[in-house]
Amino acid sequence: MSVADTAPPAAAVAPAAANERSLKLLSAGARCSLPVAILLVLGFVAPLITVIAYSFAEPRSFTVFQTFTLANFASIFDGANTVWMSFAWSLALAGFTVAALAVVAYPIAYGLARLFGRWSGLVSVLFVFPLFISENVRLYGWVLFFIKGGVLDGTLKTLFDGSGPDVLFTPGMILFGMVYVYLPFMLFPMTLGLSLVPCDLVEAARDLGASRLQIWREVELPLAMPGIMVGMLLTFVLAVGAVAEAKVLGGQSIIVITHDIEIAFTYAQNWPLGSALAVLLMLIIAGVTLVALSKLDLDRILGRR
Amino acid sequence: MEQSTKRTKALIAAWTAFVVVAIYMPVACGALASLGKGRYFTFPIRAWSTDWWTRTMDSIEIGQLVRTSLLVAACVTVVAVVIGYFGALAFARYNWLGRRTFQKIVLLPIFFPQPVLGLALLLWFNAVGIPLSWQTAVVAHLVWIVPVVTLVIATQVYSFDPTLEEAAFDLGASRWQVMREVTLPILWPGIWSGALFAFLLSWGNFPLSLYTTGADSTVPEWLYAKMVAGYTPMVPTLGTMSTIGAALALLFGWIALTVARRRQQSGG
Repeated sequence: MSVADTAPPAAAVAPAAANERSLKLLSAGARCSLPVAILLVLGFVAPLITVIAYSFAEPRSFTVFQTFTLANFASIFDGANTVWMSFAWSLALAGFTVAALAVVAYPIAYGLARLFGRWSGLVSVLFVFPLFISENVRLYGWVLFFIKGGVLDGTLKTLFDGSGPDVLFTPGMILFGMVYVYLPFMLFPMTLGLSLVPCDLVEAARDLGASRLQIWREVELPLAMPGIMVGMLLTFVLAVGAVAEAKVLGGQSIIVITHDIEIAFTYAQNWPLGSALAVLLMLIIAGVTLVALSKLDLDRILGRR
Repeated sequence: MEQSTKRTKALIAAWTAFVVVAIYMPVACGALASLGKGRYFTFPIRAWSTDWWTRTMDSIEIGQLVRTSLLVAACVTVVAVVIGYFGALAFARYNWLGRRTFQKIVLLPIFFPQPVLGLALLLWFNAVGIPLSWQTAVVAHLVWIVPVVTLVIATQVYSFDPTLEEAAFDLGASRWQVMREVTLPILWPGIWSGALFAFLLSWGNFPLSLYTTGADSTVPEWLYAKMVAGYTPMVPTLGTMSTIGAALALLFGWIALTVARRRQQSGG
């Protein structure tokens, strides 16, 4: 029972005819992709190559493409260097963020895909809008909420004569901030995935006597998996590189890897070391992304007919 | 069965409402903090005042920040929509040899941590010898925003029937006429949403701006600098103003889109 492979052949025929009309050097699609391609080569590939080049430059130097040394990587992997703690924190926080978000977002995604009907447009906008507010502003709002004399503390004092919990500037708070900031990145791919599950399949399973747990496990979850995977991948990758949460909500109680990279670039003025750390982070991200993306069919997720 | 489905529905609705409230809680806290009279925020607020709002409005420094942010966002919007329009056609409209690879490459900048991308661009601009200013920030924003706009427009392109273009060609229309009379009007809602996304994402962006604006400063950069050192109630005030501005832009965009759609339907 494959829902994926039902693209009508007609869609493939028409553009082929269009291509025949313009038998130029490049196909119409390739020509349209050129502006994006040029931007990404100049603004994405070239900077990444520069970072890689810097990671092999002499430590604490600012000249690139001239010397070649592995000293930066050697110092990172040196036993005395505790930078691996930052990697461990970043990976652990990202892992917990993904797990927490899967639980938080699933009911909402289900509601958006199935239950809310004409309200789902408004609910979606409510979840999208925070993306347009700088994340520092939103995180700082939580500081105002949790701080001594802040909204939570003040309310508890006035109403119950108690005091708010002392949670600010702890690892748990950083995790909370990450779950908060990355919620939309899990929610929308998940909603997309769940809306790909045909209603009649669920009906059919119910008619055949499947329990709700069985329907969820055998029908809903596998069919919605591509969307859920995109959401998990996106939130994991973004969370591994996150830094604002640890700085604003964590009060620097933890140094995450991106923070280490920033320190190398700013206070330490050691660009090659910062680049080497960035290269390692990029390798982790690229590894996870490429493995996950190679298993996905984007046309199907985004709704090409 | 009926009973339990109803209960599930109610639970899901309640959970969604709770999360929405949580999402807007910090925004509300910021607004509260901007309306207190004192130099430091305490809750419950003893003396309300709009002093900090007038002081923020009158500040010359903040006026400059807002102008820089608007300029960057406007440039990003125009360029991102043009590039993203063609990108979306390549992404979703044409079946060409490199399409699947192209689709995945376009996504990569979105899947990339922005602070690291900002630093990489800083190194690159430095290596090539381009001095940092708001223009380099525009380039930095574009690297991340063009893929987003491409995706937004592409979802509209997916519902686009290519035979309409074919028909126009067969009736003797030129390439330019087809684009102006057929393709653009059909894709207009997607392009408009893409423009809104581009503007608002650029307006709120911090990690890319931080490393690429040089001496110029945008609103989110200033806010962050003051959060770390030198808190004044102007921080939540300007943050709240920026949020309200974004909300108004979104509302305006939505109204324009609805009006345009109505007109399209009634006008045929």
